[in-house]
Amino acid sequence: MKKITVLISTLTLALSMITVGFAADTIKLGVAGPHSGDLAPYGIPAMKAAQLVVKQVNANGGILGKQVELLIQDDQCKPEIATNTATKLVTDGADVVLGHICSGATKAALGIYKDAKIPVMSPSATNPPLTQSGDYPNFFRTIASDDMQAKLAVDFAINTLGVKKVAVIHDKGDYGKGFADFAKQYLDESGKVEVVLFEGITPGAMDYSSIVQKVRRNKAEALIFGGYHPEASKLVSQMSRKRLKTVFISDDGVKDDSFLKVAGDAANGAYMTGPRDLSKIALNAAATAEFQAEYGAEPGAFFQEGYSAALALLNAIEKAGSTDYEAVTNALRTEYVETPVGKIKFDSKGDAEGVGFSVYTVENGAFKELQ
Amino acid sequence: MEYFLELFFGGLTRGSIYALIALGYTMVYGIIQLINFAHGEIYMIGAFVALIVAGVCTIYGLSGISILILAAIIAVIYASAYGYTLEKVAYRPLRGAPRLSPLISAIGMSIFLQNYVLLAQTPDFLPFPRLIPDFAFMEPVAHIIGSPELVILVTTMVTMILLTLLIKKTKVGKAMRATQQDMDMARLVGVNVDRIISLTFIIGSALAAIGGVLVASYIGQVNFYIGFLAGVKAFTAAVLGGIGSIPGAVLGGLVLGWAESFAAGYISSDYEDVFTFGLLVLILTLRPAGILGKARKQKV
Repeated sequence: MKKITVLISTLTLALSMITVGFAADTIKLGVAGPHSGDLAPYGIPAMKAAQLVVKQVNANGGILGKQVELLIQDDQCKPEIATNTATKLVTDGADVVLGHICSGATKAALGIYKDAKIPVMSPSATNPPLTQSGDYPNFFRTIASDDMQAKLAVDFAINTLGVKKVAVIHDKGDYGKGFADFAKQYLDESGKVEVVLFEGITPGAMDYSSIVQKVRRNKAEALIFGGYHPEASKLVSQMSRKRLKTVFISDDGVKDDSFLKVAGDAANGAYMTGPRDLSKIALNAAATAEFQAEYGAEPGAFFQEGYSAALALLNAIEKAGSTDYEAVTNALRTEYVETPVGKIKFDSKGDAEGVGFSVYTVENGAFKELQ
Repeated sequence: MEYFLELFFGGLTRGSIYALIALGYTMVYGIIQLINFAHGEIYMIGAFVALIVAGVCTIYGLSGISILILAAIIAVIYASAYGYTLEKVAYRPLRGAPRLSPLISAIGMSIFLQNYVLLAQTPDFLPFPRLIPDFAFMEPVAHIIGSPELVILVTTMVTMILLTLLIKKTKVGKAMRATQQDMDMARLVGVNVDRIISLTFIIGSALAAIGGVLVASYIGQVNFYIGFLAGVKAFTAAVLGGIGSIPGAVLGGLVLGWAESFAAGYISSDYEDVFTFGLLVLILTLRPAGILGKARKQKV
């Protein structure tokens, strides 16, 4: 019995030696993210997406004549673990990395990849400075950053609606205030618009008549609201009750059927940003179907973004003709690729062009995507 | 000036609703020295019952203000039944117990009722129909004071006049005042104290239900959690005015409503609650029993 165990161990060792021996002939795609712990549901779908993509690519003969090998590492979304994960992936010789998932972990790991000249692409890290600071030229992402919505809402208000005076209101929460802060920043930077009011309201307050009157008094042509639908529906109802003609513009937290239901007629004519409607993209449905065939369940968070990132990374290597850092990052910035989140390439800072949000409006009690 | 009026009426409307709910707190406290923390939930249940009635009425083709009246009546009946049961189940068995016990029981009932509605109805926000129509004669001033505000002000005023008459002029009112002054003495002269306490809960709940229906049709949404927030504010109003004092509850509600409205309007709505509770601290420092409250000597 003991001999058999020894034999098996020896064989296993020998086999692993063989793998190492052939290592130079594979393209190594690192995948880092939370695969255990309470945040695992955010990391596992992207990991499975990578597995599906790699399986398909390898079945079709690989890339540049080489098979793709996955190096999967768990970072539990913790920055201190993420640095170890990154070091491990670098020592294992990863050519490109899909990850990390959480913004904090991504930020901690990025420096290590940068020094090792490895392109990194996150399907989910939305923290704006990751790309905008310019500190990480090796970083890309297939999801829109947190401030994209605010930028879109502000551009829409200035360019499409042509307003000159804007009131910005938020619900004092992380999400709502974050949106409102960015909106104010972009409004101020534009130089064309005056922010006449910037205030927080208390969620769940009995009514918002004071703030509505204040918006009127300041003669705001548009009201940009950062927050969720219960407050938004109260605001639009009270604005219509007070005969206020101010245009209401809000965020993804308001683009919810509850807003239509609760605000009723008052919701008509309101604008809000929301994720682009991806259901029309053929690859999106195909990726979901592939996942369901393999696992018999719904894909989960960041699956489409993860799938897109894996496709984009491998496509860039193929277009670059090598795994050379400069060539690959250049390909990511210049070559379009068809993915489940649309036909994308990356801008100079690493954000995916064409990914993200659209402006919606409410027409006859239903959301309608503009542009 | 117009802006001042807008804020004035906004605060008045909000304050009169606070006052309506605060009356329930103050009446119950006046009689059995209990803070009925489940009172906000009665307000919420009133709004939910009205929503259901309004739904049924719409099916039968009734409209506007007639639904509002019917919904309010049924909500009042339901909420009163809840208030009565609440007292019987949660407070009467603890009548002789230390004062903390019924207080804990009240908090328990509050949590229970919230979760009961959450499970029996929905955790989502539900739309409440606009039962108050826009009157044509209000249109010129609709941006200052609209039809719903007018209906709320008239209703609360009428309700409070009726309540005052009930307490000051009727035999039941006299019994209530007697019970408030001295429960044992009232019992000795033949007042059925248990019945009076039940009645107090019924009246308080009815007022809360009226408030619930008015607010829901003004704001246009209900949710199982609205009672908690309204309850906290109304309780603050009751303390501000002097808990146990009926005119105090009304005054406290109005002061609170105006304070919130003017603070949000002239300073910043970021600090709405800061000003409200700052005012509470200030008034309680100067008059520990509240604006109209009488400092009662502890009977030994």
